[in-house]
Amino acid sequence: MRLFWEAVKGLRVTARHLLRNLWKFSLYYVGLSKDKGVVTLEYPEERRETFPRVRLRHRLLRREDGRLRCVACFLCATACPARCIYIEAEEDPDHPLEKKPRQFVIDLGKCAYCGFCVEACPEDALRMDLHIPELAEYNRDDLLYDIEKLTKP
Amino acid sequence: MVWAIVKAVVVFSWALVTVLYITLLERKESALIQDRIGANRAEVLGLRLNGFFQPFADALKMFFKEDYIPPFVDRPFYMLAPLFALVFALVPVGAIPLADSVKIGERVVSLSVIGSNVGVVLVLSLLSLGIYGVILGGYGSRNKYGLVGGMRATAQVISYEVALGLSLIGVLLVFPSLDLNEIVHMQNRYILGGWVPRWGIFLQPLAAVLFLIAGMAENKRVPFDLPEGESEIIGYFLEYSGMKFGMFFVADFVEVLLLAALFTTFFLGGYNPPYLFPDGFHFPWGGSWLLSPVWVRVVQFITFNIKLWIMVWFLLLVRWTYPRYRYDQLMDLGWKNLVPLSIVNIIITAGIMAVIK
Repeated sequence: MRLFWEAVKGLRVTARHLLRNLWKFSLYYVGLSKDKGVVTLEYPEERRETFPRVRLRHRLLRREDGRLRCVACFLCATACPARCIYIEAEEDPDHPLEKKPRQFVIDLGKCAYCGFCVEACPEDALRMDLHIPELAEYNRDDLLYDIEKLTKP
Repeated sequence: MVWAIVKAVVVFSWALVTVLYITLLERKESALIQDRIGANRAEVLGLRLNGFFQPFADALKMFFKEDYIPPFVDRPFYMLAPLFALVFALVPVGAIPLADSVKIGERVVSLSVIGSNVGVVLVLSLLSLGIYGVILGGYGSRNKYGLVGGMRATAQVISYEVALGLSLIGVLLVFPSLDLNEIVHMQNRYILGGWVPRWGIFLQPLAAVLFLIAGMAENKRVPFDLPEGESEIIGYFLEYSGMKFGMFFVADFVEVLLLAALFTTFFLGGYNPPYLFPDGFHFPWGGSWLLSPVWVRVVQFITFNIKLWIMVWFLLLVRWTYPRYRYDQLMDLGWKNLVPLSIVNIIITAGIMAVIK
């Protein structure tokens, strides 16, 4: 008999959850309330807010006149523990004192998202502040992000 | 003959659509219990309606899945088993009266497919035939785990059949008829000054609880789902895939529907809402609302569906509340608790009946 009442208690717990969520979600569904009542995040439409210091996809910054900030100093490629940054430098004909990257490729398949490259950069040319969690591609080759992909997220 | 076919088509399509939406209710209810939303992505013409079309998407998926037959199986038994499981779950649904019988001229047409006057016996016997699907599935798979699972399921179903039958004896003592329609009629009288209907659950509360527990064990749902035990204990349908597995799956839900319908018929006054008589509502506080016979049938059908869904809701709530029984606990519950209790129930009921007479 005692066990029977315990069983009824269990039913009360689940029924309480069910009715509370049903009520809250119905109100939300018809637009009467902002509170969903359930923990589900309907991902493609809704996104969780990321923390400000989270490290996700990289981006290359430009100066005010539109040139890349990167001067192809190789510090990021040196700092990278995964060795996923490939840089080819060239002379900048307009600014004889500076170099600029002809190619700047980050292999996101190798990248460990440690952020050392960002810390190493003396020109503040590379940041990881895009907060884009979609990092998947259908081909490995598409994971090689070049200048174009890195500047235009 | 034509009428029988029409009735069969209508009732079984009603049953299958209800079963489809029981699967949806199961997904949604479990989701809400666990603070989730549940399937809501199936889309028809840009309409989602929070998962309204999900059951059809599920059914389509089942149809188009690869149906792999392992090379070592015993083909005839293997092919027959899902058919047995589904058919013997579906046929008893036809014996359940969905509304009062209709008089067309001289003939009385009952609004169930099998308007039999031994409906109770018919339903119970067909229910016990259902284990052929289980045991053939286990045997025909030629897989020792499948066979053991099938044996386990058979032992469970057969043991609980005893408790199921014995708990119904008390009901049959109070409503002395084997005709389901007649049992529903007898529940439409009123006691305590005409306020409370003579429903089985008020006259036979113990039998109602026993019937519910035994019925849940009978259709192998959690907390008695050892035969299926989807991921932990291997069940009898482990060699099945595609639509054959789908048939076992549908049979499972048809049995939920059947149990809910039987409980409604035996204990919740069947298709009659309170205070509905063949010529309309007569309320105990005076006043009445007369309805034509056709409208009475419509009200009865709707009432039956409402009661059915309440029962299904309760069964699914039970399913998502309790953990699974261990096998010896299961047998203990069946033989040492349910069977003695139902015998006690029979003795007490019979004693009271004798004293009243």
